[in-house]
Amino acid sequence: MNWEFIIKYLPLNRKAAWLTLRLGLLGIALSTLIGLFCAAVRYYRIPVLHPLVRVYIEISRNTPLLIQLFFIYYGLPKIGIPTDPASCGVAGLSFLGGSYMAEAFRSGLESVEAIQTESAYALGMSRFQTLRFIILPQAAAVSVPAFMANVIFLLKETSVFSAVSLMDLMFTAKDLIGLYYKTTERLFLLVAFYLVILLPVSLLGTVLERRLRYAGSGT
Amino acid sequence: MNESILSVEHLTKRYGENTILEDVSFSVARGEVIVIVGPSGCGKSTLLRCLNALEPIQGGEIRLDGETVDSGAKDLTRLRQRIGMVFQSYELFPHMSVLNNILIAPVQVQKRDREEVKAEALELLERVGLSAKKDAYPRELSGGQKQRVAIVRALCMHPEVLLFDEVTAALDPEMVREVLDVILDLAREGKTMLIVTHEMSFARAIADRVFFLDNGGIVEQGKPADFFDHPQTERARQFLRTFEFESVK
Ligand SMILES: Nc1ncnc2c1ncn2[C@@H]1O[C@H](COP(=O)(O)OP(=O)(O)OP(=O)(O)O)[C@@H](O)[C@H]1O
Ligand SMILES: [Mg+2]
Repeated sequence: MNWEFIIKYLPLNRKAAWLTLRLGLLGIALSTLIGLFCAAVRYYRIPVLHPLVRVYIEISRNTPLLIQLFFIYYGLPKIGIPTDPASCGVAGLSFLGGSYMAEAFRSGLESVEAIQTESAYALGMSRFQTLRFIILPQAAAVSVPAFMANVIFLLKETSVFSAVSLMDLMFTAKDLIGLYYKTTERLFLLVAFYLVILLPVSLLGTVLERRLRYAGSGT
Repeated sequence: MNESILSVEHLTKRYGENTILEDVSFSVARGEVIVIVGPSGCGKSTLLRCLNALEPIQGGEIRLDGETVDSGAKDLTRLRQRIGMVFQSYELFPHMSVLNNILIAPVQVQKRDREEVKAEALELLERVGLSAKKDAYPRELSGGQKQRVAIVRALCMHPEVLLFDEVTAALDPEMVREVLDVILDLAREGKTMLIVTHEMSFARAIADRVFFLDNGGIVEQGKPADFFDHPQTERARQFLRTFEFESVK
């Protein structure tokens, strides 16, 4: 292990790590929005949208991110929609993440028994009040573990960004490997950086889960 | 007993092809206690659920103090606030403390002052012997305690009519009494109630009128003494016999 090399290229790595993290978080935020929307459509069985959402979820879950990225990056310009690596990466991550988030939220929503909704209605609550005060808090407690698992999964998937020549961690690594053949050092840095990003997230997830499990369930 | 508060005219309820209630009519006077009995599956729960529009109806009309109750009505939530309901299975909100279970609807739906409702809730909890449990979560309560909280929660909305659907059916025998005592107390206060129950001696004690529901309609109705001691129809006699045991010795 050549520590001099590691120290010398640390700044370049930090820049790449920062970019990866930012794009990853943006993608996760968008995934969450898409997921909430799709979960609501499926939960309330909204006509027309309901089957469309199902098709989206099937496609998104059953194709690899790499293929989705290629499709977006090289496919969209062919029909006149310009793409750049950064927005393409975010779009791909959101397309993939949206369906995973949708399933996480849906399983939360469906874990809330129908009698809960009925007793809220019997107390004179509107549909919106029932959703806000009764269904969502209970659904969230159930969804959190799957949500956190998805966050980690999506952060890991950012390693695929390099496929569309985005300067993320992975790409910097490949680049440097090509230039200097310092494979061990570069891969070590790569693993280290992903761990630095992922471990705190994973820890946060464990804490959240423990707190919500207490608040959430059990009549 | 004076003017009618709830009236049901020619109510018909179907699930698909299945007619559950057909041409049911009755009216309930202010302060009256109606007990509804009948064999399992005859539509007792369905009837109560129609009364606060949890189920759409296919014919007839339900009126609360002159206003039509209809699952498509614009001001449905306002009407439902005037009809309290307690179900058979415990339906407290598991993520809220006892006190918050009781406060959520008066505060969020009726926009009443939180402190004022809280004072009232504590008083009612005291009356049903549960003031020590105000900060407990539903999972920490016994079945009988949960049902008493559910009754207090309904009462805090100041409903004009209370519906009870077999609120003791899921309870262990020793907890049945504590819940029924609370309901007996409400009857003494003059609350208007419709009660579905399989507790026949409770029915006899609390009812002003008993409805016997079977085959989609009210087959027989009358004062409890008349109904239980001198049922008029063969169906009612048969039903009441299912609660008796003959000596085997
Ligand atoms: N959502 C539903 N869809 C279709 N059929 C239903 C539905 N709910 C109830 N039924 C049917 O309607 C009939 C009346 O049911 P209901 O629950 O009102 O009976 P009940 O008199 O309350 O019986 P129990 O004493 O067992 O509680 C039953 O035959 C039941 O199968
Ligand atoms: Mg029933």
